[in-house]
Amino acid sequence: MAIISTVGLARTFTTPQGPVAAVRGIDLTVRPGEIVGLLGPNGAGKTTTLRMLTTLLPPTGGAATVAGCDLVRDPAGVRRVSGYVAQSGGVDPNLTVREELVTQGRLYRLPRAEAVARAAELAADLGLADLLDRKAGALSGGQRRRLDIAMGLTHRPAVLFLDEPTTGLDPGSRADLWELVRRVRAEHGTTVVLTTHYLDEADALADRLVIVDRGVVVADGTPRDLKQRHAGSPDATLQDTFLAITGHGIAPDESAEPGGPLGPTASAPTAA
Amino acid sequence: MATAALSALCSDTALIFSRYARQTLRSRFQMLFGILMPLLYLLFFGPLLTDLPLGSKGDSWQVLVPGLLLQLGLFGASFAGFAVLIEKQSGVLERMRVTPVSRLALLLGRVLRDAAVFVFQAVLLVLAALVMGLRAPVGGVLIGLAFVALLTVSLASLSYALALKVNTPQEFGPTINALTMPAMLLSGLMLPMTLAPGWLDVLSHLIPFRYLVDAVRAAFVGDFASAHMLYGTLVGAALSVVAVTIGTRVFTSAGA
Ligand SMILES: Nc1ncnc2c1ncn2[C@@H]1O[C@H](COP(=O)(O)OP(=O)(O)OP(=O)(O)O)[C@@H](O)[C@H]1O
Ligand SMILES: [Mg+2]
Repeated sequence: MAIISTVGLARTFTTPQGPVAAVRGIDLTVRPGEIVGLLGPNGAGKTTTLRMLTTLLPPTGGAATVAGCDLVRDPAGVRRVSGYVAQSGGVDPNLTVREELVTQGRLYRLPRAEAVARAAELAADLGLADLLDRKAGALSGGQRRRLDIAMGLTHRPAVLFLDEPTTGLDPGSRADLWELVRRVRAEHGTTVVLTTHYLDEADALADRLVIVDRGVVVADGTPRDLKQRHAGSPDATLQDTFLAITGHGIAPDESAEPGGPLGPTASAPTAA
Repeated sequence: MATAALSALCSDTALIFSRYARQTLRSRFQMLFGILMPLLYLLFFGPLLTDLPLGSKGDSWQVLVPGLLLQLGLFGASFAGFAVLIEKQSGVLERMRVTPVSRLALLLGRVLRDAAVFVFQAVLLVLAALVMGLRAPVGGVLIGLAFVALLTVSLASLSYALALKVNTPQEFGPTINALTMPAMLLSGLMLPMTLAPGWLDVLSHLIPFRYLVDAVRAAFVGDFASAHMLYGTLVGAALSVVAVTIGTRVFTSAGA
């Protein structure tokens, strides 16, 4: 029984320059309690896919269900069971950490006392306990990222979507976050779908990798499977495997210039 | 089922209202700044009118203050959408939209906060006007405040809807300016349209605010059973129904 299942999920943006086929057709099945890593070069369509799965963006093709709720017919059901941490976050810089965490709990309809308790608990889990009364705008980049993540965990979602959760975190915080994700899964059976450009992270954290390129799934399997299948040996590096699959490097944004952000985008409209 | 949905809507609206009300309370300066313009008109423009024949019932304060009240609502509420543009850029809006919170509450909570702020500002303005020499029936003033609240709800809804639709502040600001300036001039906010030549008077009847201004002026001189009052109420009610419907549509449509 799959907790997430998509068939031909697609999204084309209409822009003044013409249509942009950001996601062309994603077929994906995720089992309950799985941690799935969504990888792919810049502009591959990872964020767009997550925004569809969290009901922020209506698909222009295909269908999907999350925890048995259809994206289009029952968006409210999808929202109740899922948590989402966006790539660029989403906290109000003028409000305090406590205020944002409590309000977030209330938005998920927790009673007030419970929302307050949950805020303290999450702050402790994510190393924000001393910062509760600080304005979100006065946090460091990594602290703010941890706040974003806490916001997504408020209501103990059955399905958690994390878009590049560890970008900007120091190595210690990143290891802590991996630990937290594993613990949330172990304790609550939470299903996690996360995107990342850090291949060590994908290797260490994900049970299964789904590699997306130009809006379609180009490979799907355990890290070991993929290395065996695409790089010829289970001991190959994920970097080599990734290059073998996508033909261009997965690298932090700044070093991805040649085949990076422009590559897939530029080719999308002509092919559409 | 329906009552559960309704109570969820009410508690979500209260939650959103209090979030933004707290924000407003933190920026008291902004709240006072909002009444600066009408206050300046009251102080430096009002005295010019006291001896002029304005061609309408009541003294000059009974003509000017209703105009200033609606000016306050017109300018304040029309720009309310800026806050949504900022939240769109910071990701706050999307973060709220992935939660089960009622879409309608995201609109109503904000709009009600705006209405509360403007009623507060309007009360200050009326108090200042009393000091300057305004004399008007209490019932008339209360009716005037109700109209300001109605206008605020309508314009703020439209402003939020527009802010969700456009992508940049550069598109939003000029659009609002282009709509509010003619609306202000053509509705006779500053001076009654009874002074206008025929063509201008006709043109001004095409602007919904005209009816609201006339109604509030009628209320300030105690003409509660007049045609102005009736038309103003009808136009105000119709405007708010249309505006809130548009706002609701935009806020509830996926991907907005
Ligand atoms: N609102 C939009 N309008 C037009 N095009 C868009 C829009 N959002 C995304 N795109 C385009 O869709 C494609 C996929 O974008 P998306 O953000 O999903 O990529 P991504 O895989 O998350 O990339 P990254 O690794 O850089 O975060 C890109 O080419 C992008 O430019
Ligand atoms: Mg992305």
